[in-house]
Amino acid sequence: MSAKNTSITQTPILQVENLQTGFKIDGDFHNAVEGVSFEVKRKQIVGVVGESGCGKSVMSLSIMQLLPTGIGKIRGGEVKFEGKNISSLSDKKMNNIRGKDISMIFQEPMTSLNPVFTIGYQIEEVILNHEKISKKEARLRSVSLLKSVGIPRADKIVDEYPHQLSGGMRQRVMIAMAIACQPKLLIADEPTTALDVTVQAQILDLLKGIQEANDMAIILITHDLGVVAEICDEVLVMYAGKIVEKATVDELFNNPKHPYTDLLMKAIPRMDEDVEVLATIDGLVPSVMNMPEVGCRFANRCPSAMPECLTVTPKLGEVASHHETACLLYDESWPEGTKPYREGASMA
Amino acid sequence: MLKYTIKRLLGTIPMLILISIVVFSLAKLMPGDSLSGEIDPLNTNPEYIEEMREKLGYNEPLPVQYFNWITGFVQGDFGKSTKYKTDVFDIIMEKVPNTLLLGVISLIITYILAFAMGMYSGRRPYTIGDNAIAGINYIMLAIPSFVAAVVAIYFFSFHLNWFPFGGSVDILIEKGSFEYYISKLHHVLLPALVLGAMGTASYTQFLRNDIIDNSRKDFVRTARAKGTPIRKIYNVHILRNSIIPLVTFLGFDFAALIGGAIITETIFTYPGIGMLFLDSVTSRDYPTLMALTMLLSFLTLAGNLIADLLYGVVDPRIRLD
Repeated sequence: MSAKNTSITQTPILQVENLQTGFKIDGDFHNAVEGVSFEVKRKQIVGVVGESGCGKSVMSLSIMQLLPTGIGKIRGGEVKFEGKNISSLSDKKMNNIRGKDISMIFQEPMTSLNPVFTIGYQIEEVILNHEKISKKEARLRSVSLLKSVGIPRADKIVDEYPHQLSGGMRQRVMIAMAIACQPKLLIADEPTTALDVTVQAQILDLLKGIQEANDMAIILITHDLGVVAEICDEVLVMYAGKIVEKATVDELFNNPKHPYTDLLMKAIPRMDEDVEVLATIDGLVPSVMNMPEVGCRFANRCPSAMPECLTVTPKLGEVASHHETACLLYDESWPEGTKPYREGASMA
Repeated sequence: MLKYTIKRLLGTIPMLILISIVVFSLAKLMPGDSLSGEIDPLNTNPEYIEEMREKLGYNEPLPVQYFNWITGFVQGDFGKSTKYKTDVFDIIMEKVPNTLLLGVISLIITYILAFAMGMYSGRRPYTIGDNAIAGINYIMLAIPSFVAAVVAIYFFSFHLNWFPFGGSVDILIEKGSFEYYISKLHHVLLPALVLGAMGTASYTQFLRNDIIDNSRKDFVRTARAKGTPIRKIYNVHILRNSIIPLVTFLGFDFAALIGGAIITETIFTYPGIGMLFLDSVTSRDYPTLMALTMLLSFLTLAGNLIADLLYGVVDPRIRLD
C-alpha cells in the first residue's frame, strides 16, 4: 500500500455523490450510471473495474461532462472537484477545468488524435488553451513533454502526424497531452486495452511514474484486474451502473466479499494452477433499457442468490475496515427496515 | 509529388487519343457536315459540292481524315471555323475570359453559400434551421437552370432593373477602362448568381453530413477533454477534416470553370464557351465543336489530376509518389 500520510485527511480531490447519468433512447431516459458515490484523495490511484457496459466509461465521461451532447445527460447527484460542485457548470466554465485540473486519456490511441494536425499542434493546443504563453514557448514545452513520456526524437516527432506513429507512441502522445498542464486528476479510460502486452506494461509504468512525480491522482478505468493489482490504491467494482464493492486493493484481492468480485477473481487465468477450463460468469449484464427496478442487479447471474435478492435492493455497507459491499449476504447491506425475515434480527 | 504528376500526365495521353477517336467518329456520324451546314445542298450545283468536298478532303478515307485532323490539332491548329471563317483557336480564346470570369464568380458564390450553410447545418443537425437550409437547397437543386435563369431575368432585370438582360459588357465602352471592368462585373453577376446557387446544394449537404460524421469522432472528444471551446472544435478540428472529401467536387468545378455553362450562358446570351458550344452544334461548325469537346475532355482529366494532387496537400495521410 502506498504511503498513507496526513494528506489523506484533507478534502478529497474528487467526490462523486449519488451520480445518475442517463441516455435518451427512443425518447425515454435510461440510467447507465445509477447512484454512484465515491471519492478520490490526493495522489491516490483509484481503479474502476467491471465488464463492458457496466457504466464505467459513462461515469468517467460524466465527471468531465463529455457525454455526447443531446443524448447523454447527468440527471442527478453531484461531482465535486476540490469541494466545488462542477456537475452543473456551463460548458465554458468546464473548459477551464478540462485539460488543466482534470484531464483524460482514452482507450483508442489510433483514433483519439486528429489525423490532420501535427503532434506538436495538438499538444500545444492544450497548453495554449489554459496558459498565456507564446507559441514558441508552447512548442518547447511540447518537445520536453514528449521527451518526458519517453518518445525518442521528440524534436522531430512534434512535426509529424499521428498516422506516422505506432499505437503505443500515440498513447504516449495522449499522455503527454493530458499531463501538459499538470492536472491534479487524470482519468485514464482503459489506457492500455488497445495496446499489446509489452507496451501495456510500459504505459502503466509511465503513468505510475508521472503520478508520483506530479503528485497527481488517477482514476484508472479498466476491465483488467491485473492492472488494478499492479498500480491501484483503491478499487471500485461496478456492475450494471452501480458500485457493488469498494475496497483498498489488498483487501479486495485477499478478501473479496461480493459474489461478482469473487467470480471476477476466479476468471483470472493463473500461471500456478493447472485448470482445463477458465472460469466464466454465465449470462450477460442486463441492458440499460430493461434494468430491474428493485433487487440486486446481479441476482439472475449470482450463484448465491436468495429469493430476497429479487425484491430488496442492497446498499453499500461497510463489511470490514476500508471495505464496502452491496450484497444481501452481509447484514450491513440490508437497507433499514427491510430485514424482518432472518432469525435474531428483530426490528420492532 | 513531381514524379506522380508526370506519371499521371503521361497516363492521360492514351486517354486523350481514345477520346479524340470518339469525338471524331461522333462528328462523322452526325448527319451532314460543315459544308452542308454552310450551303443549301438542294439549291447548289452538285458539281460545285463535289468539287468542294474533294477540296476539303471529305472524300479521303476516314483514317486519313482523322490523321489529318489530329496532326493539326496537336500542333495547335484546331482548324478554321466554318461559321466565323477564322481560326477556331482564336474564337475559343476570345470566349475563354468571359467564361472564366463567370466560372470564378459563380464558384465564389457557391463556396460562400455552401460553407455558411453547411457549417451552420452541420453544427445544428435536425433543427429547424438545418431543415430550412436543406429545403432551400433541394429547391435550388430541383429547379432547372432554364427556369431559374428566366425567372431571375424577369425579376431582377425586367422588374427591378438591377442587372442587364444579357451580354457580357455594355457596348460603346472603351475597352480596358475602369467602367469597362465594372460593366463586365455587372453583366456577370446575375448569371453567376443563378449558376452559383444551383451548385450550392451538393456542397452544402456534403459538408453538413461530413461535419456531423466527424463530430462523433474520437478526436473531437479528445479536443473537448483538452478544454478546447466547442466553436474552435467545429471551425478548426472538424472543418479541417471535412474539407478533404470536398476536394473531389473541386476537380469537377475546374472543368466547369472553362467549360462554361451551356444553358445559363445561352439564356443570358452571355458570350462564353457554353454559348459557343451550342452555337457550333446548331450551325454544324464541326471544327469548333470538335475542338471544344476535346478541350472539355482535357479539362475534366486535368481537373481529376488537380483533385488528386490536392488530396495530398489537404490530407497528410495521403502521400503521392
